[in-house]
Amino acid sequence: METRSKLHELKLAMQPTMRELRFTISRIRSSPLSIVGAAIVILFIVIALAAPWLAPPGHLSQGGNPYMIPKYGIKATPQPPGTTVAGYYARFGTTAWQYDIYYGCIWGASSAFRVGIFVVVPSLLIGLLMGIIAGYYGGYLDEFLMRFTDIIIAFPSLILCMAFIVVLVPIGVGRLDAVMLAFVLVGWPTYARLIRGEVLRIKNEDYIEAAKSIGCSDFRVIIRHILPNSVYPVVIMASLDIGTIVLGVAALTFIGLGAPEGWADWGQLIAYSRNFIYGRPDNPYGYWYTFVIPGVFISFFTLGWNLLGDAFRDILDPTIRRK
Amino acid sequence: MAKDILNIEDLVLRFYTYEGIVEALDKVNLSVKEGETLGVVGETGCGKTVTGYSTLVLVPPPGRIEGGHILFDKEGEKVDLLKQRESLLRSIRGKDISMIFQDPRSALNPIFTVREQIAEVILHHRRSELIEKVLRGSLTGLERRIYPEMLKHPRSLTHRILSRVPVVNRYKRKLRDVVTEEVVKLLKEMRIPDPDRVAEMYPHELSGGMAQRVVIAMALACNPKLLIADEPTTNLDVTIQLQILNLLRELKRRFGSTIEYITHDLGVIAEMCDRVAVMYAGNVVEVAGVAEIFKNPLHPYTKALLESIPRPGRPFKSIEGTVPSLINPPKGCRFHERCQHAMEICTREKPSLKEIEKEHYVHCHLY
Amino acid sequence: MSIFIETDSLKKHYPLTGGVFRRRVGEVKAVDGVSLSIQRNECFGLVGESGCGKTTFAKTVIRLLKPDSGHIFFNVSEDVKQRIAELEKGKNSPELEKLLGEYDLAVFKGKKLKSMRRRMQIVYQDPTRSLNPRMLVKDIVGEPLIVQKLAKGADVRKRVLEMLSKLGLTARHMYRYPHEFSGGQRQRIAIARALVTNPEFVVLDEPTSSVDVSVRAQLLNLFQDLRGELGLTYLFISHDLSVVECIADKVAVMYLGKIVEMASTAELYANPLHPYSLALFTSIPIPDPTIARKRIELRGEVPSPVNPPKGCRFHPRCSEAMDACSKEEPQLIDMGNGHIVACHLYKK
Repeated sequence: METRSKLHELKLAMQPTMRELRFTISRIRSSPLSIVGAAIVILFIVIALAAPWLAPPGHLSQGGNPYMIPKYGIKATPQPPGTTVAGYYARFGTTAWQYDIYYGCIWGASSAFRVGIFVVVPSLLIGLLMGIIAGYYGGYLDEFLMRFTDIIIAFPSLILCMAFIVVLVPIGVGRLDAVMLAFVLVGWPTYARLIRGEVLRIKNEDYIEAAKSIGCSDFRVIIRHILPNSVYPVVIMASLDIGTIVLGVAALTFIGLGAPEGWADWGQLIAYSRNFIYGRPDNPYGYWYTFVIPGVFISFFTLGWNLLGDAFRDILDPTIRRK
Repeated sequence: MAKDILNIEDLVLRFYTYEGIVEALDKVNLSVKEGETLGVVGETGCGKTVTGYSTLVLVPPPGRIEGGHILFDKEGEKVDLLKQRESLLRSIRGKDISMIFQDPRSALNPIFTVREQIAEVILHHRRSELIEKVLRGSLTGLERRIYPEMLKHPRSLTHRILSRVPVVNRYKRKLRDVVTEEVVKLLKEMRIPDPDRVAEMYPHELSGGMAQRVVIAMALACNPKLLIADEPTTNLDVTIQLQILNLLRELKRRFGSTIEYITHDLGVIAEMCDRVAVMYAGNVVEVAGVAEIFKNPLHPYTKALLESIPRPGRPFKSIEGTVPSLINPPKGCRFHERCQHAMEICTREKPSLKEIEKEHYVHCHLY
Repeated sequence: MSIFIETDSLKKHYPLTGGVFRRRVGEVKAVDGVSLSIQRNECFGLVGESGCGKTTFAKTVIRLLKPDSGHIFFNVSEDVKQRIAELEKGKNSPELEKLLGEYDLAVFKGKKLKSMRRRMQIVYQDPTRSLNPRMLVKDIVGEPLIVQKLAKGADVRKRVLEMLSKLGLTARHMYRYPHEFSGGQRQRIAIARALVTNPEFVVLDEPTSSVDVSVRAQLLNLFQDLRGELGLTYLFISHDLSVVECIADKVAVMYLGKIVEMASTAELYANPLHPYSLALFTSIPIPDPTIARKRIELRGEVPSPVNPPKGCRFHPRCSEAMDACSKEEPQLIDMGNGHIVACHLYKK
């Protein structure tokens, strides 16, 4: 009898959430670009999750780490898609030094998500903490934190990355991890500023004052009242950021500062094609597959997250939401 | 017998929202006689504000006007505003029909001074008149050549090019001065103290009452035939409201405009209006002269509304139930669910208009 | 009936900062010395126009804002208040400090203040803004109980349901968001939240201003019933004088941070003495076209509370202003019958 009423209560509690969800889905459906964005992101998620089946690891050259791209030989020139090199079928061809493009692209998706999430989530959390404290308490604390934020923003991220690599790699931190750490440290101010703005806006609303009037502690006011109403621009920023970060890391890898040699990363694949972007004079685009295919993956990944971010903004903005 | 300058016939308005189709106006019939002040009274959601917007054909999407006629008397001829081209409507808005809004602060553009905003209205409609005024003054050689051309060809190429050339475009000053004169004159008529200074202020520097006077100045700048006032004093303090109401009365005497006054405040209606139309849930339910409607309300809703006005010493009488959702409005008469005299026919059939006594119309099956 | 809530020269000023170094360049004297007393189970009306400080005063009385000076006595016995008054004539003594810390709501802090909060509550003007749009009704109404540790778990749900049904809402409504309700219903939810901790004193800040005329009557009936049923004391703030006339027992008129007149409702509305009260009451439009009222139209606008006029604050707009009005600030004069007014016209 108790369990039945508990179940009933749960069902009742879910109803408003379900109603909101249905509204959100209808808003998504009404905008074709957001469907495209969502579809692209979902596709990449599937690829990343299904990587072990889509591109099974197990090649000797990988040394047991599925994130290393298998190397099918030692020839310098890339091989076109569909050829078989040393007995292995290269669906998208190989790069210079015979790295399998197909494998790199598939596992690159997984690597991209890893990079994106491990950079954006810590950035977001640090930014949230700083921004909420600055916005809610105001006064000198706000001034101090904001000036600190300004200093961080002034840091050139590229130089910081290089500095981190120089310092941290010799002590055993992976090169990619060093780069990611650098991005986290320069990325959080954006979130801090964003959430601070929202907190300042919400702080003076009646319901916040009402919460204080019933005796809510600052902590409760922040977590229960301010945060749920202020977090949506941060969500939008985060989804736009994932695309940007992955693009940034790919660019760094291209110039040799990001992922290590042979790592399954889209930027790494393009890095290998550096010498073959312009091929032989009589066949200038002969090696298009070495940079176009990974390039397509990067572009679509970034595009998908950007569209999704825009979609979130249209859907979650409460001023547009309820007509 | 004064003629009608506005006839709204069978106006149907629907809003297409996520939650469903809102039947905002359901065959609304309203007419405004020349020179009178018509009060449109009703509660939130009854459709009085959108009726005002419809008259200017300014209903924002997802709203769509889907039927009926809005006949406006333009220079003796009745024009159906719903069938007109946008260019004609734009010449009517601000000049023949003007609107005053509820919140003066949001009706004014915060980045333009008072003078610039009123000048915009004046220039849009009275441009030739003002250019002629410039021509009557003293002009330099260049100006003597440009201004007549501006008069003949409103979008003359010479003017458009020259007005952007830095030193040469000082000729625009003459027009600007003439317009500023008009603006200050208008502000003086609104009984705004120190109009020269106020003209150069920005909206955020004005108090609520002052801002509303500026909005009224903008509305009356071109001496419109019909002025639609959408709850202009609701957001103002009661002593400022008195100032504004007195001002409107005086301006009406002086300019002779017809006012359609939309409000939910029955006290203001009693003060300001000659005739009253009561609206409920997208329908007009009763229309009568102001004395008549307070003395002898016929529709059950009107009666209940008058009784619910709080009076000391009496218990508060409210109306049972709530305003129905207009997404699936009740069939027949929309008030029947809350009506104490509801009969069987009220649930089926919408009542038609009946003139019960002279100039006193009701939509109710009781009669 | 005994005095339940009393304030003594309550002041609340907001500093204005300006310049590069954020110096204090001035003060908004929102509440500038307000003393009044409210009886138990009374409905005390506070009227005035925007900028007069009535909302600031109400929020200061229930300690949503910290007063700058003055006392707030919440159910304090006369003896204690007299002792405090005696001690204040002399210098600061430890006994005075102790008494104030014990009885003066204006200086309470921490746990003592938090436990007072359950005894006094506020209902805001606009329920759309006073309810958290992302919280379910049951959480909104239940939160005070949880925060004040008055109930837990299933007990919370029971009390929430009890409160909602008193206000005409059902269990179904508990699992909805505020935007799914009409304005009148949202206000009821706000009232439910205010009453769920069984407070003794409730501040009603223009609770009927954002709702329709027909709903207004429903809410006013509700307030009356609840006052009797739960033994509440109200501070009813409004700029709508006709509503205050119907529901308040005693009314005070505020202008620019000070009380200018105070009397029982019947007395004040029948016989307003202060020129401002007169102008205020006569400017209410009467819903009866046959009555023409002699109206007093005030000149000008409400001056800024940063630099109130010298002497009587109302004198620049007053048609009866005399010489003394621009020099000396009028004190509150007792005209008998509980009617007090601050105006030089009535100086004996």
